[in-house]
Amino acid sequence: MLDLAEPHTDQPAPTVAMLELRGLHYTYPDGTPALRGVSLRVCAGEKVALVGPNGAGKSTLLLHLNGVLRAPEGAVLVDGAPVADTTIRQVRARVGLVFQDPDDQLFSPTVFDDVAFGPLHMGLGEAEVRERVARALAQVGMAGFERRMPHHMSLGQRKRVAIATVLAMDPALLALDEPSAGLDPRARRGLVQLLRDLPQAMIVSTHDMRLVAEVFPRMVVLAEGQVAYDGPSAPFLADSALLERYGLERP
Amino acid sequence: MTLAPSALDRYIDSKSPVHALDARVKLLLTLACILALGLLPPGAWAGIATIATILWWAVLRARIGLGLVMRRAFVALPFALVALTLVFSRPGVPLLRLPLGPLTLTATDAGLIAFASVLVKSWLSVQAALLLTATTHFTDVLHALRALRLPAVLVAILSFAYRYLFVLVDEAQRMLRARECRSAELPGQRPGGSIVWRATVVGQMVGTLFLRSYERSERIYVAMLSRGYSGELRALHHRPLSRREQGLLFVGGGILAAIVFLTYVAGGGPR
Amino acid sequence: MLFENLAQQILLGLHIPDGFLSVPVSALWWILTIAALAVAVRQVDGLSERQIPLMGVMAAFIFAGQMLNFPIPGGTSGHLLGGALAALLLGPWAASLVMACVVALQALLFQDGGLLVLGANIFNMGIATAFVGWWVGTALLRAFGGQRWGLVAAGFVAGWVSLMVAAILTSVQLVLSGLSAAIVFPAMLGVHAVIGIGEGLITAAALAFVVATRPDLASTLTGSLGTDAARRGVGRGALAGITGVGLAIAAGLALLSPLASGDPDGLERVAEDQGFLERAQDPAYNVLPDYTIPGLDGPISTIVAGIVGLLIVFAIAYGVTLLLRGNKAETPR
Repeated sequence: MLDLAEPHTDQPAPTVAMLELRGLHYTYPDGTPALRGVSLRVCAGEKVALVGPNGAGKSTLLLHLNGVLRAPEGAVLVDGAPVADTTIRQVRARVGLVFQDPDDQLFSPTVFDDVAFGPLHMGLGEAEVRERVARALAQVGMAGFERRMPHHMSLGQRKRVAIATVLAMDPALLALDEPSAGLDPRARRGLVQLLRDLPQAMIVSTHDMRLVAEVFPRMVVLAEGQVAYDGPSAPFLADSALLERYGLERP
Repeated sequence: MTLAPSALDRYIDSKSPVHALDARVKLLLTLACILALGLLPPGAWAGIATIATILWWAVLRARIGLGLVMRRAFVALPFALVALTLVFSRPGVPLLRLPLGPLTLTATDAGLIAFASVLVKSWLSVQAALLLTATTHFTDVLHALRALRLPAVLVAILSFAYRYLFVLVDEAQRMLRARECRSAELPGQRPGGSIVWRATVVGQMVGTLFLRSYERSERIYVAMLSRGYSGELRALHHRPLSRREQGLLFVGGGILAAIVFLTYVAGGGPR
Repeated sequence: MLFENLAQQILLGLHIPDGFLSVPVSALWWILTIAALAVAVRQVDGLSERQIPLMGVMAAFIFAGQMLNFPIPGGTSGHLLGGALAALLLGPWAASLVMACVVALQALLFQDGGLLVLGANIFNMGIATAFVGWWVGTALLRAFGGQRWGLVAAGFVAGWVSLMVAAILTSVQLVLSGLSAAIVFPAMLGVHAVIGIGEGLITAAALAFVVATRPDLASTLTGSLGTDAARRGVGRGALAGITGVGLAIAAGLALLSPLASGDPDGLERVAEDQGFLERAQDPAYNVLPDYTIPGLDGPISTIVAGIVGLLIVFAIAYGVTLLLRGNKAETPR
């Protein structure tokens, strides 16, 4: 395993990481190993890109962040506390997971119902729910779409609403799976702006190296279930040999 | 069964007193209207005409093309073939004899009246349902059903079904298109294999669609878990019906009940 | 637009519009439907919360699956209603709820089938197809001992029988509402005996495909073959009871209605109508056995038509099952 990790000097380094993964191992039910000892720390407000070829374990890793999948070996710590049955509800409020296909993420018949789903299941009162829905939709620039059906919206709009569904839960960390996949150039530009503007910490899986260059100062390269690189994006993206080795494209 | 956008769809977001009405009120009045039509005996033309007048007035109030609603309401027409036999099977004054080879069919006045009544009542009932669909978002109908005490599980299943209907119909149509693109016909050759083979192809398409749907439902479940779902279905509370809405329900229901009642008093009950 | 797809309109033959059923008949089947769905909801409540999104997506799947069709010579096409398939993939409970949602959505969104008659439509196309499809399919599978060809055969018969039962129930309701039994029964059963072949073929092929591709997903089906599963469902007995009661009431009323109407004039025309139908019919009808008994008078002929229509399907299925069971008992596995 190649280790080019360097200390970050451009980021403030708090003592307790917002998210910490310690030696995560996970094997699919059919026996294929997916994660083989992944360790990672993400601090508050930090924006991290997660790259690597298909099958490298990116999506599997994201599913561990809010306890949908539980690794038999290793630990996931959110705010210093391990993810367990007793903490799972708090963890899901802290870590907002957004799936690649907005048709999976948006499962309610209207935008309002969908964005309200998280706050409602957090047990918030009606006024608070409505306020959070309005705020989250405004944040992603989708105010006024409350009564629309996801099916009748463009992919870019659906991706924005998908992000709003977790923003309404007021998370400290966003975990996004391929947010720019399939977007046309204009929708993509809007997404880049949105990701830059959001104050939350982020861990975003992507194949889009331009997106990495534009938004993420730090990148983590996953290969065959292991962290192959964890460090600043700029030098990695400038190194053709490294990019070639992990099947990535120059931005 | 067709999902082609209906000409009535474009009215869904227009503004009118009917559109503004609470979905619960509209749903109940629609059902009451269809029930009243069902209760009217054959040949109760005065009662049927009164209900039709009220219905068409509501259609006009909703600023929807009346002709369009009337035309769209013919969807049930093929079913009328079954009812055609009423013309020849009711006792009454013979109107017409149709010699068909060795036998003769006799159309009677009572048969004709029964047949015409079924057709008109069915046609008006579909118009009432169309008015509801054209002026009410289906999500509001779902909320209304929940408020009217349909079990939460059923409403939840209906919501998911409605949400993914269009997604899966798109997938089904892509499959059909892909099959079409590979279905060529050569001159002089019998196209397309046996019926069993064709059915097997469709069966495999259905199976594929099932697997994709099943896997999608797994992803949806994970998405729900990620947002705090723990098996309990929560929804915002429904506001109680206003006094005006309650009044409207009672007046509407009362008028329909009166029409049915007066018909029976005047006609001495159903034949 | 009206006649662009003949097959869909024939399938509409099961989606009764408002106006064709009398109010008492509609009410009776609303009661039966509500009772059955109440049991089903309770059953599903006991299952995991995982079931709710699954059943919603499955309802959408059945809806979309009904659009997949294949051409049959003669201008029509074969396609799926889906009750038996849903039951064999999800179990009769979940399938009843799924199919109820499909039928309700078709009525509420697209006016395929009426609202006042929705109870009857849900019972015919949802509950009866799911339950009968499950019962016939699993009974045959057990009789065939879980062979692959057995799966195909069981799927085919379950699909065909489920559609016939839906057609019988629809006919019974129409007859109870005053339509002529001598026309309705042969017409509905004749058309659906043919359409049912498409239903059966697609059900069998889809089932075989799913079992071959993801055997883990067919666990509802394969799990039912274990002996413990047969005893597990008290609730399944309840649904069986409700379906049975529905069929029994249908049979009883069908039997009594021609006598009760006291309308000799109408009944005398039955024979004429029968002749009329013979002439007007699609070639497809020839497949159908004649439901009037030659030499019998109108009323008796009508009654016989009702009983025969109701029982023939069950007799065939039951007979086949018995035969196969008998064979299997002789050969030790």
